[in-house]
Amino acid sequence: MNADEQILAAARELAARGECTPRTARDPVNEPMINNWTEALGDNSSAYPAVAPPAMIQVWTMGGLHPQRSDDDPLGRMMEVLDAAGYTSVVATNSDQTYHRLVKPGERLAVTSRLADVVGPKRTALGEGWFVTTHNIWRSGDEVVGEMLWSVLKFKPKPAVTASVPPLVSRDTAFFWDGTKTGELRIQKCSACGALRHPPGPMCPRCNALDPTYVVASGLGEVYSYVVHHHPQVPGKRTPFVIALVELEEGVRMLGELHDIDPEQVKIGLPVRVRYVPSGEFVLPAWEVR
Amino acid sequence: MTDLPELTIDVTPTFVISTALATRDFQDVHHDRDKAVQRGSKDIFLNILTTTGLVQRFVTDWAGPDAFVRNVSIKLGVPCYAGETLTFSGSVTAQDGAEATVRVVGRNSLGDHVTGTVKVVLP
Repeated sequence: MNADEQILAAARELAARGECTPRTARDPVNEPMINNWTEALGDNSSAYPAVAPPAMIQVWTMGGLHPQRSDDDPLGRMMEVLDAAGYTSVVATNSDQTYHRLVKPGERLAVTSRLADVVGPKRTALGEGWFVTTHNIWRSGDEVVGEMLWSVLKFKPKPAVTASVPPLVSRDTAFFWDGTKTGELRIQKCSACGALRHPPGPMCPRCNALDPTYVVASGLGEVYSYVVHHHPQVPGKRTPFVIALVELEEGVRMLGELHDIDPEQVKIGLPVRVRYVPSGEFVLPAWEVR
Repeated sequence: MTDLPELTIDVTPTFVISTALATRDFQDVHHDRDKAVQRGSKDIFLNILTTTGLVQRFVTDWAGPDAFVRNVSIKLGVPCYAGETLTFSGSVTAQDGAEATVRVVGRNSLGDHVTGTVKVVLP
């Protein structure tokens, strides 16, 4: 049996056991707890506290400050199986409560639980995981007064992406990335005709010479154009962020992120200065308002 | 299609904590900001029993004290952190005799915190 089959086999075995040992509510349904609930939630219905709010059904049998699951609680057992298989995180996804009748102060409820469904492995936004659904049944004496289908996703968290995408370095661009590491913003210069050019390339677009050198820029310029990036998400970035096309004093234009500014405040012509941002093995040029 | 009156909840830290205690949910993420942040949340956040209760309240505020709520079925979305404003809106999508089905959405600044349906028997 592979790992997935083992999980499904454990689920079948737990589901076949049916309802677990009932857990009796600490207190009978009572007016003070109803009043605490309606007060906290701001529910002013005149129906309460003569009857309990139906949505309180789960409250009566909560485990309190020191909850203890019964040994045969199927959710606890299924969580152990999935933990052991590496699905260590959990998030609740659905709650479906059905009330058969209103309950009144004085009734003492008890709850049982059975494993209803285990589905997986599923690829989700949070990571690969299994949807586990349990079926809770509340009784007053022998009478079923309420039920709940409760679903959780038990998943392997995706590793957090913190590194940004590194630039591609070629023989034509290596001088530029060597420069940023030493705090120099380098602009390619044609050694034949003296024209500056960016981005770097092997051939001068003006005279076609193949012999580039570089000059060091002042690092000052103005926003020539810009975009505010909202979507999609970019590894290592929090959206929204601003990407500016900056016209340097020397006359070439260079792209980079514009930092520390509300996207609403960016405008064409904004004076900016270069700043250097370490990113993995690289140092990226970015811009700040001056 | 009947639209229900909107319900807006100012989700203060006091609201998050008092509702967590009133629903007997003592998980630290509902009352201890430091622990919530350690666990990767921005702040303490509303617990599910409260979300269920607010969905019910949104419908009974409209349906009145003599209505009988038969079913509350919700799908959870983005968390509802302290400091958020949570706004419920909804409409009747089906009517079967006295029983109405109400579609409910609770939104905050991050998106849909809760979506679902409530089945309620009207008086």
